[in-house]
Amino acid sequence: MRYFLASKGFWLVLGAPLYYVLYQIGQVLWVRPGALGPDPAQALVTLLGEIALWMLILVLSVTPLRKVFQFLRLHGQRRAMGIACFGYALLHWLAYAALLLEWQWATLGDDLLKRPYISVGFLAGLILLAMAATSNDWSTRRLSRRWRQLHRWGYLAAALVILHVFWIARSNFLEIVIYALIVAGLLVVRWPWFIQKIKMIKDV
Amino acid sequence: MKTQPTKLTEAAVTPEAVYLNRRQYLKASALGLGAAAFSGASQSADDGQLSDPAPLWMKTQLNESTASPFSTNEALTPYEYVTGYNNFYEFGTDKSDPEKYGQGFEPHPWSVMVSGAAEKTGTFDLEDVLKGLSVEERIYRLRCVEAWSMVIPWLGVPLSSILARYRPLSRAKYVVFETVYRPEQMPGQRAFFNAIDYPYIEVLRIDEAMHPLTLMAVGLYGRSLPNQNGAPLRLVVPWKYGFKSIKSIQKISFVEQRPKTTWERANPREYGFFANVNPKVSHPRWSQAEERRLPGSLFSANRIPTKMFNGYANEVASLYQGLDLSVYY
Repeated sequence: MRYFLASKGFWLVLGAPLYYVLYQIGQVLWVRPGALGPDPAQALVTLLGEIALWMLILVLSVTPLRKVFQFLRLHGQRRAMGIACFGYALLHWLAYAALLLEWQWATLGDDLLKRPYISVGFLAGLILLAMAATSNDWSTRRLSRRWRQLHRWGYLAAALVILHVFWIARSNFLEIVIYALIVAGLLVVRWPWFIQKIKMIKDV
Repeated sequence: MKTQPTKLTEAAVTPEAVYLNRRQYLKASALGLGAAAFSGASQSADDGQLSDPAPLWMKTQLNESTASPFSTNEALTPYEYVTGYNNFYEFGTDKSDPEKYGQGFEPHPWSVMVSGAAEKTGTFDLEDVLKGLSVEERIYRLRCVEAWSMVIPWLGVPLSSILARYRPLSRAKYVVFETVYRPEQMPGQRAFFNAIDYPYIEVLRIDEAMHPLTLMAVGLYGRSLPNQNGAPLRLVVPWKYGFKSIKSIQKISFVEQRPKTTWERANPREYGFFANVNPKVSHPRWSQAEERRLPGSLFSANRIPTKMFNGYANEVASLYQGLDLSVYY
């Protein structure tokens, strides 16, 4: 738990997107109903999804930054970043279920089973949930070896998220290709062979 | 120098009141009085009228519009959203892009090229294309394939009244429309990575094109079409998904063989030729049974059930009798 308490300032940073979201919601409710456009529920769902995706990218960059650039400072914040990522993913799902679907369970179930982009998104969310639930000292002690195995599923979650975003796209394919390249890059860079090659280039 | 309509808050907009009183505003502007002469005047649609950059002949023709029995009496979508939330990828793919990046587009002077199986073909000035035709105000529902919809007070003429001037031959089975190709004024057309090919093409069956409901719109909310809404002329086919309502039309041609539309080419599994609004046929990736009528609020997305043919079944269902609409989507 010492990591939590030690990074109070970091939580401020991780919470920044949330403050922005709350500010926008405040604008819509009390200042300017059109602040998020004519489809504010949809806009909010999309915004939260984008934030969660960037959090995921952030978490995935910690190890590459350490291995390639010997940047060690973020290593202790991985837990906080992972939990923040799950937090935003949860808000994204809650916004969709509460604001877009207004808790119509029949439609929620329908969407989950019939719309592939929602199925993969939900699956990714479940993986993040399992990881967030085990992001504490008690779990690392109890699960030991299995903890590493469980948290490797994060890579699958990242791939599912890219699929989720790709499948909902209608027009912004360039944006999604860039996201996919970034995520792929962050995964490839962990490959020992790849790290060796980069070190060789750097040492030259 | 183009003037732009002022964007106002939702709270200040009373679209019905302004719009219904537009004739007074226009008379006042002709007399040199300002909008402030009228109390309670919301300025969004009003500013649009007073700063309308359209040529005088067009403004005159629009001012003489008459009402239509085809109009719905549902609540209008406010002007700020009709003109600020658009899918017009030629100007960018975000909903706010067409308004932002459409300001450099010059819709006048404009000419339309008519070609193909018709007695009269050639290139015609827009003024001649519309000359002598009665402009009507048609308040139509517009349903996007993305499952949101708006109610918009269009100004336009029945497409049939335009097409009849060119006397299509009997072998003309389809009408093809093409959006202008002008990458120097339309940044989306010169982007490196595009979801769709340009120029944008749409096609209607001749009976759909000649149907009384099909409108060639030249204005909305009492003024000429803003650039982001498809200036200077665009189709409105209210019983079909919005992508059929092609904007900024430069070419019209009468053909025997049906070419593929832009969205058919981009993704034939998802976007068909007919694109009739149909709650029973889902898009492969989402359901079409419901839509969000804009504007929604944060806690109430304003979901309503989607109606067959967007609620125009009485007028158009007969066009598709015997056609399996789940196959011919």
